[in-house]
Amino acid sequence: MSAAVDYLLHLADNALVLGQRNAEWCGHGPILEEDIAQSNVSLDLIGQARLLYQLAATLKGGAVTEDQLAYFRDTHEFRNYTLLELPHHGPLSGYASSSLDYGTTIVRNFLYSALMALLWEALEKSANADLAAIAAKSLKEVRYHLRHSRDWLVRLGDGTDESHARSQASLDHLFPYTQEFWAHSPAEAAAVEAGIGVDLNTLKADWDAIVDAALAEATLQRPTAGGYVSEGKKGIHSEHLGFLLAEMQSLARAHPNGVW
Amino acid sequence: MYTQSFNVQDTPGAKAVASVQSKEDPALQAAFDARIDADGRIEPQDWMPEAYRKTLVRQISQHAHSEIVGMLPEGNWISRAPSLKRKAILIAKVQDEGGHGLYLYSAAETLGTSRDQMLEGLHSGRAKYSSIFNYPTLTWADVGVVGWLVDGAAIMNQVPLCRCSYGPYARAMVRVCKEESFHQRQGYEALLVMMTGTAEQKAMVQDAVNRFWWKCLAMFGPPDADSPNSLQGMRWGIKRISNDDLRQKFIDATVPQAKVLGVTLPDPDLKWNEERQHFDYGQIDWDEFWATVNGNGPCNKERLATRVKAYSEGAWVRDAAMAHARKQQERSMKEAA
Amino acid sequence: MTNELKEWPLWEIFIRSKQGLEHKHCGSLHAADARQALEMARDVYTRRQEGVSIWVLPSSAITASNPDEKGELFDPAADKIYRHPTFYDIPDAVGHM
Repeated sequence: MSAAVDYLLHLADNALVLGQRNAEWCGHGPILEEDIAQSNVSLDLIGQARLLYQLAATLKGGAVTEDQLAYFRDTHEFRNYTLLELPHHGPLSGYASSSLDYGTTIVRNFLYSALMALLWEALEKSANADLAAIAAKSLKEVRYHLRHSRDWLVRLGDGTDESHARSQASLDHLFPYTQEFWAHSPAEAAAVEAGIGVDLNTLKADWDAIVDAALAEATLQRPTAGGYVSEGKKGIHSEHLGFLLAEMQSLARAHPNGVW
Repeated sequence: MYTQSFNVQDTPGAKAVASVQSKEDPALQAAFDARIDADGRIEPQDWMPEAYRKTLVRQISQHAHSEIVGMLPEGNWISRAPSLKRKAILIAKVQDEGGHGLYLYSAAETLGTSRDQMLEGLHSGRAKYSSIFNYPTLTWADVGVVGWLVDGAAIMNQVPLCRCSYGPYARAMVRVCKEESFHQRQGYEALLVMMTGTAEQKAMVQDAVNRFWWKCLAMFGPPDADSPNSLQGMRWGIKRISNDDLRQKFIDATVPQAKVLGVTLPDPDLKWNEERQHFDYGQIDWDEFWATVNGNGPCNKERLATRVKAYSEGAWVRDAAMAHARKQQERSMKEAA
Repeated sequence: MTNELKEWPLWEIFIRSKQGLEHKHCGSLHAADARQALEMARDVYTRRQEGVSIWVLPSSAITASNPDEKGELFDPAADKIYRHPTFYDIPDAVGHM
């Protein structure tokens, strides 16, 4: 059961952290139509996170709720990929700030959606029927996210010299973080063992194919992965997650007995 | 229809305007007046007096600007929403405001003004937007109060516009009003829940009501005696109910809601007038209202600068999409050749 | 970037609200190309399950009738009342026809 909970929290934290990040665009998008589209992506992700936290809370039992899992766990307890917590701009220290960059947003959404389109499909066969049901619902959503981010990736890569350079820079920045997808983690191994989770390495060839085809269409160069392999899914994060959670959790924690 | 092109070559983005006949042709003017008097609808291709067109463009674009500037004060709390449910509701709500802006810009575009032209008006500071969004949202309760009172006031204003004389505007307002009632209800319900919570939460709700009440009353605009444009708007059927009447309607509807919620409204003069069958209320601070409208409110500069930043920093993204579309078109033409 | 490419062109959006019904005009939006217009329409106009199918077409592709010709175009149909079934009296005994 603990294997299932850990695995669910990993999936839920992924969805919440990226949903939280993408929602930063709400009201600030490059054009009204796209502002609205990106909010839909956030809403889907937060919806997925809620279902996954609710299932984890049920398995944990007692008085645990989705909001306790989201708002009252600390940075080192979060199990999301580091990729998803990074701010919408190039590499900078935790307390440094910069404008939001849509290229970073699109590249990240693409890299993650390409993975989740495969993972949710595989998880439809999870031994945990509730997780399988969440996977079936999430699969439809992520297929649209993949289509949306892939279309934009091609537009940015193929568009102007500036958009090409910017999206290539975003790709160079973010791509190394995808190594974490394929790295071993005890929680994933236990979930695979229990038949609940999926061994991501069985999806890697398909992910590579999706990514390579899109990059070719976008005239972007696939960076050679290598160097530091991030470990967010083991609870070892970048400097950025602390800030994201401090902001997200501040109000709930200031009123631990509050009702909302 | 939202369009009025007569199969003429159009610059992308702008809609062709039905050619306006010789300045103000008396026969056309008479037909227009007759249709307005019969409570008929004017559609984009129809002849209309230039002043009517101009007034509509101004009114609809201001309305659209209000929606997109209005995303900012509430968007301020998305990242800190205290539960995942409230976070989702708030994103959906702020997103809807963006949608409303979009419907309204589209309606205004049927009058021959492009969205970029309207945005230029906003960004340069020439065009106004609802002044209520120049006040800060300081606590989470402000989000609930904005839904309950600000959206409530907006609904009072907007429902009559569903019957306005200009077809595209009326149709946009029908869509907007349908969505807006979710906004008011979610705000009020969020406050109801907070009022069952801790003493700090209740105090937060009361504080937010205190800060927003008078600003909301001012949202309906200056007293009828001081609004010279209102009469013409009424004549043209693009304003259906006077400022003071709408304000009164809002107050009468809101006082019982405040009672159910368990908050007081910060007006010692607010009491039921048996003779008028309405609530009497105190003096609105119009000097403060005009100071804010004219740029000297607490957040005017921040709101405008934020919109300008989003637009200018998004330019490379918009340009990329156009450049790609053009390249694709060239490629397919080459293939066909 | 040439000036004419600055603003994304306008598209008219038609939504089929459910299988069996016609597509109905519901509004417009800006998009760089047709595929994007479809996606934007999905995000802008079907957030509350308003549709099961979407058509988009460039606003500039619409040819509209001229309101000045309303009389000659539409009034001549007004007196052709014999086109309507209610024009004909049929004995009750015949039943529904």
